[in-house]
Amino acid sequence: MSQNYHIVCLTGTREKLQMAAMFASVAAATGDRVTVFFSMNALPFFIKNSVQQPPVESRFGEMIESEVGVPPFKQLFKSAAELGDAKLLPCSMALDLLKITKEALDPEFGPPTGLTRFLNDAEGGQLLTF
Amino acid sequence: MSEFKTIDARNTFCPGPLMELITYMKQAAVGDTLELLSTDNGTASDVPEWIDKVGHEMISSEKVGEVWHMKVRKLK
Repeated sequence: MSQNYHIVCLTGTREKLQMAAMFASVAAATGDRVTVFFSMNALPFFIKNSVQQPPVESRFGEMIESEVGVPPFKQLFKSAAELGDAKLLPCSMALDLLKITKEALDPEFGPPTGLTRFLNDAEGGQLLTF
Repeated sequence: MSEFKTIDARNTFCPGPLMELITYMKQAAVGDTLELLSTDNGTASDVPEWIDKVGHEMISSEKVGEVWHMKVRKLK
């Protein structure tokens, strides 16, 4: 039976973004409905053509960076959207603070979303926070 | 005429091989057989789980040396 997952990405570190992307891609490709809400320090890494890389928290982040065979988190989020119709939603407040519009983000991103809308959609589903 | 395709996902980590399989599964026709090659041990338990949940057929899974060979058939 398919589930309804809402993933909240807040922390802009390699480990958190990687784990959130793994959850999103596998769940979406398995037929679960996945919505990922990006805010705070996690959002700026999805600005188009951004070369900025998230800092590592500790040893695992370093291992992820040094192994060439680890799928990059951006690619996993993209797969989640393309293979499993996951919705990637930027927080409207974070866009306002960054003084950018949705067009400045990677093309997989959906419309700017406020908390009221997100909470309404998330009702009754699973919420995972990174 | 059903086809056979090998997907070489060796030396990539979870969930890389599974995502590769899913990508090719979407493009395959019903009845096609796909063989996934993987060196990731987690993938060897994840793939049968995914196949079961999504409703395809697991034909075989064996480790030859360091490489898992997993054969699956697209059923729908």
